[in-house]
Amino acid sequence: MFRQSLDWTVEMTTIPSTAAAIADAVRSGVLKATDVLEAHLERIAEREGEIHAFNLVTTDEARAAASRIDADVAAGRDPGVLAGVPIAIKDNMCTRGIATTCSSKILEGWRPPYDATVVQRLAAAGAVTIGKTNLDEFAMGSSTENSAFGVTYNPRDITRVSGGSSGGSAAAVAAGFSPISIGSDTGGSIRQPAALCGVVGVKPTYGTVSRYGLVAFASSLDQVGPFSTDVRDSALVLEAISGHDPMDSTSIPQGPLSLQGVLSQGVEGLRVGRITDMPGGADPDVTERLEAAFDALQAAGAIMVDVQMPSMKYGLTAYYLIAPAEASSNLARYDGVRYGMRVNAPDTNAMYSATRSAGFGDEVKRRIMLGTYALSAGYYDAYYGKALKVRRLISEDFDRAYTKADVLLTPTSPIVAFPVGAKSDDPLAMYLCDVYTIPTNLAGHPAMSVPFGTGAFGLPVGVQIMAPTLGEQTMFRVAASLERSMIASGGG
Amino acid sequence: MSETASERISTEAVIKAARLSRLDLTPAEVARMTSQLAGMLEHFADIDALDLSAVEPMTRPYPLSNVFRQDVVVQGLDRDEVLANAPAAEEGRFRVPPIVGLDG
Repeated sequence: MFRQSLDWTVEMTTIPSTAAAIADAVRSGVLKATDVLEAHLERIAEREGEIHAFNLVTTDEARAAASRIDADVAAGRDPGVLAGVPIAIKDNMCTRGIATTCSSKILEGWRPPYDATVVQRLAAAGAVTIGKTNLDEFAMGSSTENSAFGVTYNPRDITRVSGGSSGGSAAAVAAGFSPISIGSDTGGSIRQPAALCGVVGVKPTYGTVSRYGLVAFASSLDQVGPFSTDVRDSALVLEAISGHDPMDSTSIPQGPLSLQGVLSQGVEGLRVGRITDMPGGADPDVTERLEAAFDALQAAGAIMVDVQMPSMKYGLTAYYLIAPAEASSNLARYDGVRYGMRVNAPDTNAMYSATRSAGFGDEVKRRIMLGTYALSAGYYDAYYGKALKVRRLISEDFDRAYTKADVLLTPTSPIVAFPVGAKSDDPLAMYLCDVYTIPTNLAGHPAMSVPFGTGAFGLPVGVQIMAPTLGEQTMFRVAASLERSMIASGGG
Repeated sequence: MSETASERISTEAVIKAARLSRLDLTPAEVARMTSQLAGMLEHFADIDALDLSAVEPMTRPYPLSNVFRQDVVVQGLDRDEVLANAPAAEEGRFRVPPIVGLDG
């Protein structure tokens, strides 16, 4: 497995590789947040040039934040459960006064006048934001090649993509730039890059983490979640960022998730579902790892059950009509009036078109066009209306499957990380990367990817664990069990 | 008006969608977009075979409705900070080119 040993030494002090261990050490005064930060900045200085995980490294702000944490500890105040933990934030989440670009030219120069709720909560828990990570423009893509600021390369093999759209966040954790990063997942944008980079990535239940300050792509599908090197760190971060937020009207009115306590519970008696009619297309090296995961869970006491999801194969179509439709509406706000760039023209209509044409990249234009078409008079019923009904069918498939199984397992991605440029000219081939991750977004359920060994070319393979609405505890028990089995087999 | 997903998209429809999207596309971009959208729509025709007449559309994953807050004044965004981000601002407002088009 690809859990690197990232412990390294700074001035005689060993910096642990996990957020949990860093926070413990900082809270108890064993480590200084400033030393933790400098060690990570050094790591960034070494490898960022070849990886390009970041659009911006916020060195000065991070140093100031780390000093405040150390001052708190010195004064006997507890900085919080993420004390001194360096965190990288996907650059589609608002950071007050700090450029937020969505990797698009159209937001050039924009400094948000507020922090996203997730950014506020991380800071309140003592985390130190070290930078804004690269993404496919407006989170539209599966490879982080559609960025106005260049490709993010996979730290496991820098000739290959990091996945997307949260490729920068996945790469930052895989490269040891930060133990934790935050991404957003609309159709697999956390889980797929996590799988390709060999780290843990979680998309929680829709509504558990506030979307306030997350720049909207497809509002009924978008959800914020963490990347980490191990399962516990993702549990720790989710506990800190989840829970109701009055600023997001789709936020579920309940308290934060409670996850760390269940990690040691095991999977004895849990029903793990295999989808017998799952859409094909996964490479044999990937399905082999899925089989190994089923075996590992069975050996740990779980019960294997077969389920059917006859509508799952229509997920791609439903998603690629619904998400662009919502995006075409959400991205109407980039018109050169209130923020970002403007291309001057004699009247407002000409200014809108000139600004949008110069500011958006090809993939964003393609999705806006597709969405506009799917919503336009005469085509609404044939495309968008139908897609919403297929969404219902897929959701009902899940409901039936979850009467028989507690969780479902699939590959996260049908393939391991592919070479940069391999799919750039074929949008549909790129969309097929999301075939296993999309259905949970349509249903609003939680799902996560855990690294589970390697496939072709020794590249990481992720296994996806899916669970019903608010089934995060069960999902994390299964993830922790898979992680234990990897460590026990010498892969950890 | 009841075109199905299996019928390919026309150049005229692409040009119309570009206008609705406020995007200026060059003739070369229109041609490329038409071919790429046609390819996608052909793939999306897989749902044409489904009988969806009795299925209710699903617009959101988690059933929340009528989400209200107390009707009290709260601190909003700072006006100067917001306007500092605008490409052009004047007297506390966003400044835009003439709204009535010069082309007619």
